[in-house]
Amino acid sequence: MSDPLVRVIQLQKSHGGRPVLRGIDAEVRKGETIALVGPSGGGKSTFLRCLNGLTPFDAGSVHVAGHDLLPGTPPDDRSLVSLRVRVGMVFQGFNLFPHLTALQNVSLAPVHVQGEPAAEAERRARELLARVGLADRAGALPAQLSGGQQQRVAIARALALRPELTLFDEPTSALDPEMRGEVLTVLRDLAAAGQTMLVVTHEMGFARAVAHRVWVFDEGKLVEDGPPSEVCDRPRSERARAFFNAAR
Amino acid sequence: MVCALVLALAGEAHAQGLARVRAQGELRWAGDLQGGEPYVYRDPRDPSKLIGFEVEIARALARRLSLREQFIQNDWKNLLPSLARGDFDLAMNGLEDTPQLRASALATRPYCAFTEQLVVRKGAKARTLAELSGKRVGTLASSQAHELLRTLPQIETVLYEGQEEPYFDLAQGRLDAVLLDSVIASRYGLNKPELELATADVAHGTYVIAVRPGEADLRDALDGALAAMEAEGELLRILTRWGLTAPAQAPRASAEDQAAPPTERTRLDAAQGMLFLRGAAITLFVSLLAMALAVPFGLLLALLRLYGNAPLRLLSQAYIEAFRGTPVLLQLYLLYYGLAPLIHLSALTAAILGLGLNYAAYEAEVHRAALSALPIGQSEAAAALGLTRWQALRLVLLPQALRTALPAMTNDLISLLKDSSLVSVITVVELTKQMTITAVDVRSWVLPGLLCALLYFAMSYPLSLLAQRLEAKLAGVPEAALAGPPPGSAR
Repeated sequence: MSDPLVRVIQLQKSHGGRPVLRGIDAEVRKGETIALVGPSGGGKSTFLRCLNGLTPFDAGSVHVAGHDLLPGTPPDDRSLVSLRVRVGMVFQGFNLFPHLTALQNVSLAPVHVQGEPAAEAERRARELLARVGLADRAGALPAQLSGGQQQRVAIARALALRPELTLFDEPTSALDPEMRGEVLTVLRDLAAAGQTMLVVTHEMGFARAVAHRVWVFDEGKLVEDGPPSEVCDRPRSERARAFFNAAR
Repeated sequence: MVCALVLALAGEAHAQGLARVRAQGELRWAGDLQGGEPYVYRDPRDPSKLIGFEVEIARALARRLSLREQFIQNDWKNLLPSLARGDFDLAMNGLEDTPQLRASALATRPYCAFTEQLVVRKGAKARTLAELSGKRVGTLASSQAHELLRTLPQIETVLYEGQEEPYFDLAQGRLDAVLLDSVIASRYGLNKPELELATADVAHGTYVIAVRPGEADLRDALDGALAAMEAEGELLRILTRWGLTAPAQAPRASAEDQAAPPTERTRLDAAQGMLFLRGAAITLFVSLLAMALAVPFGLLLALLRLYGNAPLRLLSQAYIEAFRGTPVLLQLYLLYYGLAPLIHLSALTAAILGLGLNYAAYEAEVHRAALSALPIGQSEAAAALGLTRWQALRLVLLPQALRTALPAMTNDLISLLKDSSLVSVITVVELTKQMTITAVDVRSWVLPGLLCALLYFAMSYPLSLLAQRLEAKLAGVPEAALAGPPPGSAR
């Protein structure tokens, strides 16, 4: 199918009268891994959150995994449930449920949202935990896990619904440098397995090595869109050049 | 014990009585305006004036002793303790000539006679004390009628603090009869169309004036003045004007009979101990059930306030403010007496409901605070997984919020345990009420008070330990998890 998984046309969003996104046009195809980079406040996280409805937008057209989102939809609207089953999300702060074990965190949505039998959901949750290297920590509570381990559980949780698209909002920013590696390794494996991913990140090495395309956001605009070698080494816009020089 | 000591000391300081009163130049007499008509009450036409047959007697006595007269307002139940404390010179407010009174005060000759009257609903079958076996009979705590009913254990005695309420409950069908003196019965019971007199003369008695022990000369001076009022017909004129009966002559003889200390003084023995345990059990029962009502109802209020639409939010907030902003005592009165014509609640049900509804307002705030304190990331993560708002609440938010709220709820239960003493105003005899009853019986507040405190402590201390443990547990491992890593706020 040539139909893109994500198609965004003229997406606009302002917050408290200040424009955050000023007309974004973008497309994502199945199997692509895209790194969203750029200076803080450029709008990349907001863009990501518009794609699964966590942040309502003001105007424009947002088509994600067969769903057309409407402007102004509240984040807990029932109409968004079927979209979220197909779009996973991993947060900077992990946001694991502290009263549930790693296994329960992962199997919660399959059981309660998709109605999967508990035994089957648990079996798959164990598989997913094994995939992120945490087979032996299934019974641990989040508080008993390191930051890197928590984020890997959060990734397993996001994958449990077999999403067509997974959104990563600065997945390594809250981690110590030594723990970033273990999370980035998981992301690399997922990309290699063909998982469609949008990753907001400051890890330029990761963007270069793993992403198929790099998007540079600045002042609410998507200013660069291309393969990493092109965007990182020969940026066309002045702003992107300044950003990559500073990041080096 | 302490009372006896005080009495002994007061006895030593004899002969101060009349001289002291003459030195102060006025006769300070006490009563309770709440007792109302016909004793001493505010003139409905001029509330700055006091009227009542006791006011007229007090004025006549003062005049005859060449003193000014000064009324002192005092809670009726505590007239005798306040007298012993020296808050006034004499108590005259429908005090019946009972052994209890004579144990802690000197009594004058009687100034008014009454009969104990049994009032029932019109057409009721049980019309004598014998026929009321196994039935509920109301009376005033510490009255002569109360004493009389205590000798009849086959009757269930229900104690009140005001004279209006027992007749109200009788009319409502909560009681089968009311036994009180004729002065009260005629004004508060027999004027109700649904009630009638069943037995006019169950017993009879007299009202006397109480004077501090050790001030016998003051008592003698008052006796002299009363005797003169009787001889000159002044007392009879006053009583007749108020529709009351004069005491039979030769009251001294009966007074002498009773002057001997009562032989059967109640002791704080095993039987009283059992009554205390019973009171404690009722306190615990009422508190636990009220809390069991307050927690889920409070949760509902909190959810409406946080997630409801505008009218529901407003309704919840109005409820919380109304129940937190008014005294729980008032709420209990309204629930039990005010709503009685509409909803017929037993005293115990009203007590549990009243405390539960009141505490629900506090629990609502506890739940709301706990829910509001959860990091926004928790509901975002739940939403991102496709959980509906209700699922997110049930599976993710509430399990965490209830843990946070548990120490606060345990502390509220400890407060509730103590606040439950308020339900005695609607006739429930719980621990504190039992203590006051026993204290009057054994004529000491010290031991019953200590026993009562001990029982409250025995109930609240384990809860307090539990709250501490819960708080420590929350402050330990799970708190790190609740606080979570630095919130991902980059947008």
